[in-house]
Amino acid sequence: MTQSLDSLRFRITKRFGAKVVLDDFALEVRGRQFVTLLGPSGCGKSTALNIVAGLIPASDGELWIDEQRMDHLPTEKRGFGMVFQNYALFPHMTVFGNIAFGLELQRRPTAEIRERVRQMLALVQLPDFADRYPAQLSGGQQQRVAIARALVLQPRLLLLDEPLSNLDAKLRIEMRAEIKRLHASLGLTCIYVTHDQTEALSLSDWIVVMRDGIVMQAGPPDAIYNRPNNLFVADFMGFRNFFAGQIAADGRLQSATGALQLHGRGHEGLGQGEPATAAIRPEDVLVTADGTGGNQIRGRVEIVEYLGRDHEAVLRLEDQSSLWVHTPAPLAPGETVSVTLPPDKVIFLPGTPQMRP
Amino acid sequence: MMARRRAEGREVDLTAMLCLAPSVLYVIVMFVYPFLHGVYLSLRPAKQSGLSFANYAAFFSDEWQYGTIWITFSIAVPTTLIVVSTALFLAYGMRRGIRMERTITTILVLPVSLGVILLSIGIQGFYGSRGWFNQILLGSGLLSEPLQLTNNHTGVVLSLFMQQFPFCFLMLLGYISGIDPTLEKSARTLGAGSWTVFRRVMLPLMAPGIAIAVALVFVMSFAVFPSAILLGQPAGATRTIAIAAYHQAFEHYDMSYASAIAVIMGLCQLAGLLLIVLLRQRMVTAPTMGVGKR
Repeated sequence: MTQSLDSLRFRITKRFGAKVVLDDFALEVRGRQFVTLLGPSGCGKSTALNIVAGLIPASDGELWIDEQRMDHLPTEKRGFGMVFQNYALFPHMTVFGNIAFGLELQRRPTAEIRERVRQMLALVQLPDFADRYPAQLSGGQQQRVAIARALVLQPRLLLLDEPLSNLDAKLRIEMRAEIKRLHASLGLTCIYVTHDQTEALSLSDWIVVMRDGIVMQAGPPDAIYNRPNNLFVADFMGFRNFFAGQIAADGRLQSATGALQLHGRGHEGLGQGEPATAAIRPEDVLVTADGTGGNQIRGRVEIVEYLGRDHEAVLRLEDQSSLWVHTPAPLAPGETVSVTLPPDKVIFLPGTPQMRP
Repeated sequence: MMARRRAEGREVDLTAMLCLAPSVLYVIVMFVYPFLHGVYLSLRPAKQSGLSFANYAAFFSDEWQYGTIWITFSIAVPTTLIVVSTALFLAYGMRRGIRMERTITTILVLPVSLGVILLSIGIQGFYGSRGWFNQILLGSGLLSEPLQLTNNHTGVVLSLFMQQFPFCFLMLLGYISGIDPTLEKSARTLGAGSWTVFRRVMLPLMAPGIAIAVALVFVMSFAVFPSAILLGQPAGATRTIAIAAYHQAFEHYDMSYASAIAVIMGLCQLAGLLLIVLLRQRMVTAPTMGVGKR
């Protein structure tokens, strides 16, 4: 039903006074992709989305859709749908009025408006809510109405600005599946902004990780998750254990304290003697009794927290650095255990945490 | 359990009552009693014994007196419309904040702190027939005769505008900037231009605030007294109802007649307020207003 776009590309620079919020931030989207801008608050992701929507003027840059330049058009002429974090439903209009708003502005016949609103309400699974006011709906229902209001105009591009952040955890997972379903069934291009890595991984075809207005890494979800190429992305993607050091002659990482020599992957681009950091997720660390495999280390259990599915423990290693471990076996504080860092789970990243990548 | 909850409820009510007591007392002492006393006074004419409507009859049979109602409306209504529409225009333009907002707001609000008398003298000096305003227009050849802007109807409206604009502007600015700015953004992504955003989204949400502003400005303008004397023609074109009441009270020493005029004035204000409330109810459709505010 939606007329889809073939390509979207933009390049944005945004300055607020002397502060550069987006530094030549460029993105190209092909076809019906779901692209997520992921980053901590203040990284410029929302600003970028608002600039694409035309709600904030860019300092410099351009926006093209299918060889048509869009950045000189005002928001209302761009025809992009947008969904906001706080829903932004018109409080003085009913659900019907909210969804019909855009169609009324296009002066569609009444019968057509009624039919399309009905279809949309069915699509977002709120068929009997047409006469309610937004204040009479729950947060999740309001966000469904907001999505219906944007989709009823059949936009080629849907912009979503942290649409799930105001919902509670359970509803967030439901709505995430809902958004995924709508994207798959309607075949439109989406740009989604979030600070939540799980949302980004589950929804996206392509993830752009941002910091301070710069792209830190862009790629498909599994590449971002499994092969972060810098410390910032690794940290953001759940790598908690970092060992700074340098690459030794045998390709292992010699930790700065001298106590550890670690095998890992991803050191192809790193030459001998270069500063590097080894990283591993807590859930990839194995607590083992015997000493098989590489990267065997010993540590004393300091703190144990019960997480339900497993335990999180903090080990103090011989060189006084700490190691976060997730293990199903209950560990006792004070006990000394030996752990394995499987070499295929250890990634080598350029630079050390002291050096800003 | 139920009993305890009920007891707790009562306890809360008692606290609420205690907290309410000073304000209730204040309203009774400062408003209800004087008002009722005034009504009573107005029904006891000086020349008769017992209760009678003689004062009201006298007022409505004398054109010099009942004409003041029309004069007062002819000052209060245009003032209200000009003040509220100007304030709305500026406040709407400033809703997203502007550069040097505090400086501009301070300048706009300054007249309030000056008091009516100083303001009136200033207006005489500036807009009077030999004031700077006319001097500049005459000197530049734009006018051949000075504009008569003071000591008439215009002068009173001008003075009221200067007194009431700041209040009204600040009130509306506070109200409008409380409306969630993403509502406007979402309307624009749905294809609404700035006029449509104003008419279909912002105006309905601002309506309650505008109604309050209209009500306040109207009531204050209707009671116009010092400006009508200092910048108008208190014996003619701008003899407002407040001046009529003042004459009866302090020149004819007829407190009873003066009270009757004051009661009539109050009823006129009430009628105006009623009209505003009715209009507002017609304009607003949503059951819960204020949800647009964050």
